[in-house]
Amino acid sequence: MYDFQEQIGFPILTVLTFLPAVAGLVMLLMRGKPKAYKGVALAATAANFILSLVLIAYFDRYTADMQFIEKVPWISSLGVSYHMSVDGISVLLIMLTALLSLIIIPASWNYIKEREMQFFVAFLFLETGLIGVFCARDLLLFYVFWEIMLIPMYFIIGIWGGPRRIYAAVKFFLFTFAGSLLMLIAIVAIAYLARANPYATPVFDMDLLEKSIFSYQVQMLAFLAFFIAFAVKVPMWPLHTWLPDAHVEAPTAGSVILAGVMLKVGGYGMLRLCIPLFPDAVVTLAPWILVLSLIAIIYGALVSLVQKDLKKLVAYSSVSHMGFVTAGIFALNLVGIEGGIMVMFSHGLLTGALFLMVGFLYERLHTREIADMGGLAGPFPVMAGVLLFFTLASLGLPGLSGFVGEFLSLVGLFTYSKPLGAIASIGVILAAAYLLWMFQRVMFTKLRDEKWYKLPDLSLREIVSLAPLAILAVWAGVYPNTFLQLIQPSAARLTEKMAPYMAEGGSAVERIFASLGGLF
Amino acid sequence: MKTAVLLIPLLPLASFIITGLFGKRYFKEKSHYLSVAAVAVSWLLSVYLIVQVERGEELHWQVYSWIAAGSFKVEIGFLVDQLTAIMLLVVSTVGFMVHVYSIGYMKGDGGYYRFFAYLNLFMFSMFMLVLGNNFLMLYVFWEAVGLCSYLLISFWYTKQSAANAGTKAFLVNRVGDFGFGLGIMLIFVTVGTLSYSGVFSSLGSIGTGTMTAICLLLFMGAMGKSAQFPLHVWLPDAMEGPTPVSSLIHAATMVNAGVYMVARSSPIFSHSPNAMFVVALVGAFTAIFAASIGLVQNDIKKVLAYSTVSQLGYMFVALGVGAWTAGMFHLVAHGFFKGLLFLGSGSVIHAMGGEQDMRKMGGLKNKTKITYWTFVIGALAISGFPGLAGFFSKDSVLAGAFHKGFWYFWLVGLVAAFMTAFYMFRLIFMTFHGKPRDEKAFAHAHESPRSMTIPLIVLAVPSAIIGLLLGLPPESGHIDHFLEPVFEAVMGEPVHFGLLDAGLMTLSALIGIGGILLAWLFYVKRPDLPAKAGARAGFLYRAALNKYWIDEFYFAVFINPVRALGRGLWRWVDVGIIDGFANGSARFFNGVGMALKPSQSGKAQVYLFSMFLGFLALLVAYLILTI
Repeated sequence: MYDFQEQIGFPILTVLTFLPAVAGLVMLLMRGKPKAYKGVALAATAANFILSLVLIAYFDRYTADMQFIEKVPWISSLGVSYHMSVDGISVLLIMLTALLSLIIIPASWNYIKEREMQFFVAFLFLETGLIGVFCARDLLLFYVFWEIMLIPMYFIIGIWGGPRRIYAAVKFFLFTFAGSLLMLIAIVAIAYLARANPYATPVFDMDLLEKSIFSYQVQMLAFLAFFIAFAVKVPMWPLHTWLPDAHVEAPTAGSVILAGVMLKVGGYGMLRLCIPLFPDAVVTLAPWILVLSLIAIIYGALVSLVQKDLKKLVAYSSVSHMGFVTAGIFALNLVGIEGGIMVMFSHGLLTGALFLMVGFLYERLHTREIADMGGLAGPFPVMAGVLLFFTLASLGLPGLSGFVGEFLSLVGLFTYSKPLGAIASIGVILAAAYLLWMFQRVMFTKLRDEKWYKLPDLSLREIVSLAPLAILAVWAGVYPNTFLQLIQPSAARLTEKMAPYMAEGGSAVERIFASLGGLF
Repeated sequence: MKTAVLLIPLLPLASFIITGLFGKRYFKEKSHYLSVAAVAVSWLLSVYLIVQVERGEELHWQVYSWIAAGSFKVEIGFLVDQLTAIMLLVVSTVGFMVHVYSIGYMKGDGGYYRFFAYLNLFMFSMFMLVLGNNFLMLYVFWEAVGLCSYLLISFWYTKQSAANAGTKAFLVNRVGDFGFGLGIMLIFVTVGTLSYSGVFSSLGSIGTGTMTAICLLLFMGAMGKSAQFPLHVWLPDAMEGPTPVSSLIHAATMVNAGVYMVARSSPIFSHSPNAMFVVALVGAFTAIFAASIGLVQNDIKKVLAYSTVSQLGYMFVALGVGAWTAGMFHLVAHGFFKGLLFLGSGSVIHAMGGEQDMRKMGGLKNKTKITYWTFVIGALAISGFPGLAGFFSKDSVLAGAFHKGFWYFWLVGLVAAFMTAFYMFRLIFMTFHGKPRDEKAFAHAHESPRSMTIPLIVLAVPSAIIGLLLGLPPESGHIDHFLEPVFEAVMGEPVHFGLLDAGLMTLSALIGIGGILLAWLFYVKRPDLPAKAGARAGFLYRAALNKYWIDEFYFAVFINPVRALGRGLWRWVDVGIIDGFANGSARFFNGVGMALKPSQSGKAQVYLFSMFLGFLALLVAYLILTI
């Protein structure tokens, strides 16, 4: 047992989760002192980031057991407890969350003109929700954090967004909320079905739920409910259409968190709940999910290719990249799962950076239309270099983070099925196409407006907010083992869990037909 | 030896980082100091390394575990053997000379520091490509050299054509790398490792079908990088880059990576005769196909570009028929003389103030003496003039094809050799001989500065003599013996030079000289002939001039449909169907709500009445169900 008392001596997960929210409450009390409340926000997110590093430092990376466990009864009559713990996957994503939350504070220092304080408070609450989701070990607690995360984002898009912000916010809310409702029903259902006898309290504790075995029908239904909720977040085709609208309307910081962390919550949920709880359903449905992932990879890339708005382009590219996540995870082998997680991590860094860059460009040019740009490498050489770096990392250039995850998830998929692996690889060609074509149209060719020479290149503040992402992108590309070691035991635990359920052999097509039989 | 192996790539890398970061603000026009020095040291170390290897030393060195995910384990490690050593020597020699040359060529360019930084990055990547000890490292640095190529092709990025060419190069290479990547995955899935030694030692367990699939997938990558039909389209466009780049990357080093890959994987390829045949077939077709385009191009660099594509085809013919050392020999020789020819063309362009159209040149012979004479050496070498480098290397390729029983490849090679001699001397006569066609440009024409002419002279030396040094006696020369340990397992019977070979050799020499004479007839003696011949050839002439419309074909069949598909998916599926469904269901619930609104009227008697109706309905239902 890895109790927090023994491991570190204070409830680090609770602190990590609630520190931002507490800071947010403090800010609400300090009306009208912009410098001071921004300082509080910066200090809180910085402290949280350092804490997340402390967490990694104290984390035992040689075990798959849950660590830093905190468990206090919450609603005893319903069997709900305040149960927090983490494994390598959550630790990595917590660090990513803390980092991105820290970065967006200086990045939007002068960005917001109205209700500035509420803007920062919303982000602090959002951080609490996100980190809570990664820590919760009780299903109801998980659901609570899941909803906490939804609300600030709704306001961030709806209040500080672009012209069509209301439509985008409502769309975002409806898509995700429809998923959440399905999940809530499934949570309650399995909590009651997992009881030892009709008079026992329901089971919300994931440790216990993982040991329960559900009937095939229950697994299928509950899996689908959870899966749809997570698939909306990822987002998987065809549940992705809220994403481009949300991104286009959201302020830069919103896009960064949305793409950087919120999409990962979907993949995380699949790893944390779908696979361990419903292995039979996973085996039956995996081929179908892989097909959807391939569609997402190719479809997202094709649609990204023809986008006119820079933000939409990056948004659709996320659909394509996240396809590699689900493809890797549902290949159900160690290489694939580790690849999928690495793609999540890398996509968080890179897409976060790309959205920041789009924001920086927008602040200068007041447009995001690609057709209005061109030749910007002239006035903004540093920005061109940095954008090229993140573009290349994003298209999977070896030596940077994008490649490692993508390649591993492709190897995993290829191991599962050669044709599927081959089709997914087309996405790699297409990624180069839409990203380089974008870069060319933005930075290369003739400058459209000589006035732009008067505009400043990247400022120190902007460079500082991008630098950690760039450093991590190189680190994860050159020495990915740092991160792979962190997730390996947890990923291995998942494949061990799946091993007895995996049917031997058969091509992907055969498996799809076999699973058709399983459906009925 | 380990230190040398580490320093060879790391010095250029360090120079790249320093020049890249501080060049703009601090080094400025002195940016080349560090980068030239770094490459010079790398060159010295490469010479040291080949001497060590010659003495029989080898290096297998695992440096660190790079990726370890489950069963997928890949190391960063070095392998130095004869093949690596010889590649290092070509890369570092041409690289060093190109760095020196660029001091003069790029002088005064706004992106001077950037240029040298990119060149250094390229040197690092290319060194790592040939030093790596596993397929994934090969792939990694394969992509890295591709990146440098991209950066340098679109170096003058304000030009639309340069920006397009860079993107095109990267994308076409990605198409090849799609196959390469799948090949690597197939290797991993089949044998569970990616290190060269691990893979080569477990070949016995692989079925023939899988083996052929692996080879063809790997070769797809080689076709991209080494510009073989149908993935050759990027290389001619890559001439948009500054000429030193064309020389270093797009003639002497990077484009050889495909040849190196096939040579390195010789144990796999030799297990699959079918794959080998495909390699030779693609090579032979490309050799003659590209040469035919080269015959009619008017841009001096485009001629050389198609020539490069054609010569790379030769190398693949050699590898494909199993004449492994001949292929490598031609790679080395071609690296030197094609590097020289490109630098020479750069000197011409420099003299003409940026003009690349040969129809506006002429008569430069006396104004640019050094350029002229070194260019002639290079052209004679590539034409297979007896005694020069290309004579021996090309002959060993042709003889290899002939001896292995592929007389048709030999014949194709011979025809391509004739074309090569013709277009090279067409280029020389149009550029250096005759009357100047553009008086104004000619008046300003001048010989290039010493930083440019010295590299020409230096590279002219190996272009002239390397054949004599390495290629004698033919087919069992020094280079064959040097590379023997690498290809030991896959080499056939040693060939003994006989009367037949002497005959073949004479024939190919005569063919080369014939091509030169024909060019002389066309462009010096009877300048009216080309137009007449062009008119006579009609469709064929236009086809070659338009590069057989392959670019247009790709646009019509791939690029435009893909874009249309993207737009269609976006407009119809995303916005139309999916959003339509989502918005429709929102409207549906809205509508249901609206329809039900009157029922919430607040009038008690209506509620009572509906309760009564409901009770009645339940009662009826209950009665029906129970009876």
